Amino acid sequence: MNGNREKGMGDMVEVRLFATFREGRGKVCYLDAAKLVKASDVLEVLRIPQEEVAIYLINGRHSSMEDRVLDGDVLAVFPPVGGG
Amino acid sequence: MENGYNGRIARINLTTGEVRSEELDLELAKKFIGGRGLGTKILYDEGVATAEPLSPENKLIYITGPMTGTKSPTAGRYMVVTKSPLTGMIASSNSGGKWGGKLKYAGWDALIVEGRAEKLSYIHVEDEKIEILDAQEYAGMRSEQLDEELKKVHPECSVLNIGPAGEHQSLLAAIMNDKDRAAGRSGVGAVMGSKNLKAITVSARRTVIPAADEEALQEASRECLRLIKENGVTGGGLRTYGTAVLVNIINNTGSFPTRNWQESYYEQADDTSGETLRETYLVKNAACHRCPIGCGRVVKIGDKVVGGPEYEPLWAYGGNCGVNDLNAIDEANMWCNEYGLDAISTPCTIAAAMELYEKGCISEEECEGMPLEWGSAEAIVEWTKRMGEGRGELAKRMADGSYRLCEYYGHPEISMSVKKQEMPAYDARGIQGIGITYATSNRGGCHVRGYLISPEVLGLPEQLDRTAVEGKAQWCKIFQDLTAVIDSMGLCLFSSFALGAPNYAALLNAGTGTDYTAEELLTVGERIYNLERLFNKAAGMKPEDDRLPKRLTEEPIKNGPSEGMRSRIDVTLPQYYEVRGWENAFPTEETLRRLGLTES
Ligand code: SF4
Repeated sequence: MNGNREKGMGDMVEVRLFATFREGRGKVCYLDAAKLVKASDVLEVLRIPQEEVAIYLINGRHSSMEDRVLDGDVLAVFPPVGGG
Repeated sequence: MENGYNGRIARINLTTGEVRSEELDLELAKKFIGGRGLGTKILYDEGVATAEPLSPENKLIYITGPMTGTKSPTAGRYMVVTKSPLTGMIASSNSGGKWGGKLKYAGWDALIVEGRAEKLSYIHVEDEKIEILDAQEYAGMRSEQLDEELKKVHPECSVLNIGPAGEHQSLLAAIMNDKDRAAGRSGVGAVMGSKNLKAITVSARRTVIPAADEEALQEASRECLRLIKENGVTGGGLRTYGTAVLVNIINNTGSFPTRNWQESYYEQADDTSGETLRETYLVKNAACHRCPIGCGRVVKIGDKVVGGPEYEPLWAYGGNCGVNDLNAIDEANMWCNEYGLDAISTPCTIAAAMELYEKGCISEEECEGMPLEWGSAEAIVEWTKRMGEGRGELAKRMADGSYRLCEYYGHPEISMSVKKQEMPAYDARGIQGIGITYATSNRGGCHVRGYLISPEVLGLPEQLDRTAVEGKAQWCKIFQDLTAVIDSMGLCLFSSFALGAPNYAALLNAGTGTDYTAEELLTVGERIYNLERLFNKAAGMKPEDDRLPKRLTEEPIKNGPSEGMRSRIDVTLPQYYEVRGWENAFPTEETLRRLGLTES
């Protein structure tokens, strides 16, 4: 994983899906970065309703739907889950 | 009594065989609630802080809370409070299952066990009758089999016991109940072993605990149940995936300690995740007494069906030992339950041993045919069994935890522990607040004394920046205080993903007839937290015991999304003492006065 958002790793965005979001979508998707602007665009492509998302990480950092998505970013999307 | 309490405590002296029923001091109960709070108060007042932990002078308190056994959601918890042989400080280990509720139904709020039995014994509680019985025929028996054997003698009972690890006084020994629930931490099982006490069986005819205001309790419980059901974590996530769902979350924040915290991102983490467990070995979920959440896992190992691993052992045997074989982790976890070992500290000690082996401190010969190699599925299973049995020189040493092991080899810095107790599954370099919890926890390295992962990672009750330092000390204090309340009431900490202080106040007031506001209740939690600190002070704790291992402050994370980060405990610890009203790690006179802790 690349922690540095400025250095592009390619023109793809890696989206990792977890828990119930894997159902029907698989564990990981690669999307064309050129077609995406904001974090919320990714959810639209994957048909995940925003209100179902509890944790949205871009390169390991908690992010909002408005955050920019750049080439080479790794996204991780979780529904409400937790433990201890 | 009609206030959530039974009003009776049994004092059982194993040296003399005397069993006495004592009245519960209700004034004290109001001030310290029950469970963890009241247990600590009793232990402190009876001068146990200066006792040798494994001597007859130490006492073992099994104590319920006023909500234990009531209709409140998650009301099945009890605490084991004693002086820890692992840390030399306060131990209070919480467990669920059915045993705590049974003890309450039998008519007792707590059992205080003193002295040492001459021969291996067990205690049988049958409502008001308490007997000390011979357990010599059960010597060396593992936990699950003993549970079954004792049920043949006392049908319908609930069993609490120690396995072989407790008998040989491993400092990582847990107390097991109802087969796979554990009061796991701080070596409480060794204290039981030192008293020659193998088990406590409880049978009870009653199944209700009268509340001060039945209607109000029903109302408050209904509201809590609604909140628990509506909350995404407690209403669905925990039941479906268990706590194991955290594997992927924590790993993706780059805060998943790997190979004894040498790295913090584990490439194979998903192989050991809650999602993978669900697809492979999960049979069903399980729940403690009166719990609508049901986070427990039941898994199959070959043709055996047993209690499955929580997040902690999945991490500690998994990423922390570099192992991605889920079946082996399930099996090693099962051996922890069978031998009665702490499923956090045991695998963490194996991870420390693997680093010692890698660095050439532990030799090939010492491993007696099972090298401690990173990633070895065979090694995690075999070394767990050896530690459980106390078989071989090295295993015996490992059974006393990573601190003593690493110190023996001249490298105490390799032990990832606080106050000699192993830290759990969240790297405090990538998640700053949890480092304050680890450093200041009265029972040593522990996450459940102020679970800041909730706001820092899971966004509950609100999302904090995990890398930020400011404001974390205040959050830590509030979480520690609220947790002390929940642990003292007899409820499960996981309820707090959905509930807040006002809900707990409503439950407690209805149950016991108190009239606490949410704020006052948090002050009770603060009182308990400070009392534990006083116990530690009396036990010889020093300010430098509130420290994190050097690796967290001096070695930045080497890989993954949190690369380059280190713990800023140097900044947060003074802030924490400030918000607590402590100086040099201990409460000031003024703080003690404010909390009503000056007299006795
Ligand atoms: S949430 Fe899990 S640990 Fe807590 S009481 Fe329920 S089943 Fe037991």
